[in-house]
Amino acid sequence: MNPKMACQGLQKGETLATLKKECESLKKKLEEDRGKLNDVELHQVAEKVEVVGALSIKTRRVLKGHTNKVLCMDWCKDKRRLVSSSQDGKVIVWDGFTLNKEHGMSMPTTWVMACAYAPSGCAVACGGLDNKCSVIPLSLDSNENCAAKKKTVAMHTNYISGCTFTNSDMQLLSCSGDGTSALWDVESGQLLQSFHGHTSDILSLDLAPSETGNTFVTGGCDKKANVWDMRSGQNIQSFECHESDINCVKYYPSGDAFASASDDATCRFFDLRADREVAVFQKDSIVFGASTVDFSLSGRLLFAGYNDYTINVWDVLKGTRISMMFGHENRVSRVRLSPDGTALCSASWDNTLRIWA
Amino acid sequence: DLPASDRRHPTFMISTLKLLSLSMVVEMQDQKSGVKGSEQKLNVTTIPHVLTGKDIIAWIANKMKTTPEEAQTFSTMLVAYGYIYPLQNHKKLVMCNDSSLYRFQTPYFWPTQKWFAHYNHLHEWLNHKWDFIVMQATEQYKAGKERKKPDRVVFDCQERAYWIVNKPPVRELVKYVTTYKNHDPFLAPCLPSNPWQTDHDAYWTLNMRRVDLPTKMRVERWSFSLFELLSDLRGRDDFKIFLKKEFSGENLAFWEAAEELKWGTAASMTAKAETIFKTFLAPGAPRWINIDGRTMGLTVKGLDHPHRYVLEAAQTHVFLLMKKDTFFRYLKSPVYKDIQKKALNPEAHNFSPAQLEQNANSRSPGIHPIILWQQEEEEKAKAAAASAPVDVKAMMSKIDRKK
Repeated sequence: MNPKMACQGLQKGETLATLKKECESLKKKLEEDRGKLNDVELHQVAEKVEVVGALSIKTRRVLKGHTNKVLCMDWCKDKRRLVSSSQDGKVIVWDGFTLNKEHGMSMPTTWVMACAYAPSGCAVACGGLDNKCSVIPLSLDSNENCAAKKKTVAMHTNYISGCTFTNSDMQLLSCSGDGTSALWDVESGQLLQSFHGHTSDILSLDLAPSETGNTFVTGGCDKKANVWDMRSGQNIQSFECHESDINCVKYYPSGDAFASASDDATCRFFDLRADREVAVFQKDSIVFGASTVDFSLSGRLLFAGYNDYTINVWDVLKGTRISMMFGHENRVSRVRLSPDGTALCSASWDNTLRIWA
Repeated sequence: DLPASDRRHPTFMISTLKLLSLSMVVEMQDQKSGVKGSEQKLNVTTIPHVLTGKDIIAWIANKMKTTPEEAQTFSTMLVAYGYIYPLQNHKKLVMCNDSSLYRFQTPYFWPTQKWFAHYNHLHEWLNHKWDFIVMQATEQYKAGKERKKPDRVVFDCQERAYWIVNKPPVRELVKYVTTYKNHDPFLAPCLPSNPWQTDHDAYWTLNMRRVDLPTKMRVERWSFSLFELLSDLRGRDDFKIFLKKEFSGENLAFWEAAEELKWGTAASMTAKAETIFKTFLAPGAPRWINIDGRTMGLTVKGLDHPHRYVLEAAQTHVFLLMKKDTFFRYLKSPVYKDIQKKALNPEAHNFSPAQLEQNANSRSPGIHPIILWQQEEEEKAKAAAASAPVDVKAMMSKIDRKK
């Protein structure tokens, strides 16, 4: 932004066309300015960093129980429990360590595309084709029908593609095929803030882990990744580098960067302070879309799930692929690191989930 | 007095130059004997305290008893380092000997506050500045509507000038990886073993919320940042022990109360805001927090119509105070050194195939998170009943549970 922009209000005689033109020229100038700033590339800075040794990552658990594609999963803060949701309309809460299914809940529609575990471990949230995101309190009794206590919190005008609790059980963040995301008060169902800016379906969101904890990032079919201020509803940063739908966005552990996975078969890495893309994870041999990403605890590794049934492990600093994880027999829809970084869980269209370590 | 050879040493020369720059900049802004500034119209806004390049160069040439060329070189350096910023060609960090317009950078953005002490620690310095920027941005956001247009334009110029000189490099990402690599279970073994690999959950038991003695790795992680220390509730407990000894627990208590407000139910907002005001902000409050007058004024005014972000400016201010001062004193304190010494260093497991099979057949169920949550709530209630001064965090949860 320059002083000229700050000073000028809407002048008489300005039409939508002239404003649009000014907007385009400012956009262009912004890109030019970004380019002029002499930043080194990430892999250049990382030249002196030692290589990652050989990784021996194996499947440690296979979670069988869903009868159709598993679309989403989330870990509980206890580092071993997880919730998964599926096209079969079911939401299952598992103890991943013992493979014990603790709860199995049926939702009113199929395609439950989003699910999340509450920070307290006492509830889960889920949503999908019903255009709603509901919160279900859990109990110690596996026989109890938790779904009966389901409470509708978020309401959109199209499918729910992602949801997450904030730092407490009392607020829920949702994103939707209707192109908006929203923050909700769980107890009352009240809409606290809505976020507009995407021009097509939003497919993913992630909450920033930073100490300020007031921002989140979304990615969608308009190929844009947008960063939002939860307090004001404003879109504070925007990145348009992908050549196709962004299926997943995930923050770097420090909160200063994020990664994205796209149908253009690449994953990309964006530095928020430098305000630009700093790495592209791609290979000529990778031609299928990437659907999901997550980082290892230190941020050195990027796990990415693809539509060719594999998970690629990328070296974030050097931009190279370190290894591949084989096992699923269909698309990988979601990968998530456990809260203490000891394992990675993957969900797949082969109806199973796998835990790797 | 230093020998001539030492006086020509680069480090000495640079230090001298820095001291000279700082004193020059201060003198230049003197009302009576400094460089004459004026109000200037920039596009449609009038900016106060603007100087021309030729006036600055003339003043320096006179002051330093040197040629205009030398004065221009010196003043270009002042621009390059961010003491003075150009209002027009903001990308060209040079002093032009003409009617180009310049302004003095606000001391907030001066590079020297930590320069001398942290000459070899530029990264820490950059982080320091970044936090101040965040704080400024937060306050600016809140006061945005009240601000007059020229102030906003001036601030935008100051801020942009700052960033052109002080861009945080992508190196920060590399630094993070280096700090955490030994804590990454995919890169370094976790001790005693990774539960998913050996089917033994000792690693989780040793790292539970309320252990008497944490592990050495856990204690080390607390030292990475205040955020890490506070995020681990066991670490936060240890920090509280230190704060109690210093009789300075009110900042953390306020921060916790502000968190409870921010993430709480919409219905509880008014009650919590009132309690926080009475406990921390009102004149004569039992746990009065020492924040600057401006932030206090804004906060108290905002509490008239409380919303979840009403304490944002105050909370950020308090967090930065803890981060820059209290946190580092904690790391040097006997409390921290004590826990470092006592912390556990578990031996790596070495299971035979038979033992591994046995582990797999007897995987521990652990404690259910719902039970752990209930236990935590009980602890908070106990603390609320017993403590004086008031445990505000516990009271906040009590308000939440009542609803």
